[in-house]
Amino acid sequence: MLSQQDMLEAERHGKQVRSIYVYEAPVRLWHWINALCMVVLAVTGYFIGKPLPTVPGEAAENFLLGYIRFAHFAAAYIFAVGLVGRVYWAFVGNHHARQIFKLPIFNGQWWSEVFFELRWYLFLEKTPKKYVGHNPMAQLMMFFFFTVLAIGMLFTGFALYSEGAGVGSWQDSLFGWVIPALGGSLQVHNVHRLGMWIMMTFAAIHIYAAIREDIMSRQSLISTMISGWRMFKD
Amino acid sequence: MTETFYEVLRRQGITRRSFLKFCSLTATSLGLGTSAAPTIAHALENKPRTPVLWLHGLECTCCSESFIRSAHPLTKDVVLSMLSLDYDDTLMAAAGHQAEAILDEVKKKYKGNYIVAVEGNPPLNEDGMFCIQGGRPFVEKLRETCADAKAIISWGACASYGCVQAAKPNPTRATPVHKVITGKPIINVPGCPPIAEVMTGVVTYMLTFDRIPELDRQGRPKMFYGQRIHDKCYRRGHFDAGQFAEAWDDEGARKGYCLYKMGCKGPTTYNACSSMRWNGGVSWPVQSGHGCIGCSEDGFWDKGSFYDRVTSITPFGAESNADSIGQAAAGTVGAAIAAHAAVTALARARQSNAHGQPEKQGENQ
Repeated sequence: MLSQQDMLEAERHGKQVRSIYVYEAPVRLWHWINALCMVVLAVTGYFIGKPLPTVPGEAAENFLLGYIRFAHFAAAYIFAVGLVGRVYWAFVGNHHARQIFKLPIFNGQWWSEVFFELRWYLFLEKTPKKYVGHNPMAQLMMFFFFTVLAIGMLFTGFALYSEGAGVGSWQDSLFGWVIPALGGSLQVHNVHRLGMWIMMTFAAIHIYAAIREDIMSRQSLISTMISGWRMFKD
Repeated sequence: MTETFYEVLRRQGITRRSFLKFCSLTATSLGLGTSAAPTIAHALENKPRTPVLWLHGLECTCCSESFIRSAHPLTKDVVLSMLSLDYDDTLMAAAGHQAEAILDEVKKKYKGNYIVAVEGNPPLNEDGMFCIQGGRPFVEKLRETCADAKAIISWGACASYGCVQAAKPNPTRATPVHKVITGKPIINVPGCPPIAEVMTGVVTYMLTFDRIPELDRQGRPKMFYGQRIHDKCYRRGHFDAGQFAEAWDDEGARKGYCLYKMGCKGPTTYNACSSMRWNGGVSWPVQSGHGCIGCSEDGFWDKGSFYDRVTSITPFGAESNADSIGQAAAGTVGAAIAAHAAVTALARARQSNAHGQPEKQGENQ
């Protein structure tokens, strides 16, 4: 997981096979399903808070917001089940599958590499390091802006869903406490919406960083999430 | 020694027929079905009246105004008789020392067996000097009166959550009852004011069954606060269809479309307005064409405009909402990404000019 180790591993492999199997099939599958869910959730969620212009005709003949909400809830369930499955895979998968769930915060070397990556992104380092999994900076960002945030979105989301599901539903039993804890239903709506914006902002950074590193750090990133193999270009 | 409710009712000229009608109406409004009507009648005929002491803290008396207009449990006289309302500053005939003496009397005579209904809340700043009754702070009177009570009913948003006098910056530190009184069952009946029939319903339930109604996480009776306005709103069909009033005088408003875009708080407000309605079922806010303002929700004065759905939040002191914060963050990061990409491209171009072979840079390490 550490860069020195990774670099040695990478270079040793680079001379021989020039590629390493990083992301196992369930992780890759989850990544793309999750990405799709997030797009659906963000778009439908935006229009639940600020609905589209009024549709003409009778109420009985239309179900526009109903369908939008259905898509939101369906995608949310897939997102939730996916995340649970992903947590399971963190236990049974390879060590790269655990990266976004735990940070080696007591490891000084790891922290120094976080700052190395920060300098690299600030153009203060001329050459990037190579990593088999996430680089430490990416890992830090993934942990807070995906894992923690996604769990927060699940809790607030299911709390809001419990309002419709009703008192005594399992959503209410498990997540209903979130509503008074955050100061009421309206607060939970606002927090959930703010979470969406943070998630989308992070997604933009994630995509940009992946494309940039793919070009700049001489190793594959995007194709790795499709094939599972990290290719080192030199 | 003490009269039963039925005796009082008959003495006041209520016929048995009206009495039984009241019992069945109450049974139905409590969601118990008509079969519970005889139980209620039996209880009212046999149980001695439980005294209710009605205290007023910082408030506007809208709860009392609502309460005395209760339509379904008969007329206001009956409701007042039924309650055995032994003390209520605003309604009682007695005044001064005479009035205050009743508090002590009930406290002694019915120790642990009377109900305290609190309208309004105690301010705690300056030792409670912002609300003085009978020459001493209301908070003291509240603590003393509640000490021997069986249960406490917090009427309205004031007693339950603090309402307008507890809105930021809350100069008097007006504090909801349940944060001042501990160790007693407290029933929150929020709303500004609560619906009259909800108030009489809660009282009737407690007198009939001699226990407090089932409460939710926020201490509210589930039977009246278990669902949102939105869940029972007659305009819900237009919400699901995607048909909204977008201005107060547009076609959608005339057609009675959903008021969601006009900031209706129905989807975030727990109350019985959309099923029980107001003034004897005549109308209610959404029916009259205005969105719900969420008056039965905690801190509804501090939750931004009544006319926005994505309302103001004040995380850094500046008024903002989830969308403006989010769009600003996304915009800033978007611009930063573009700038970063440009610098990256520039640095790369400079490197390739200098070395001719940028691809080999990594290999030298």
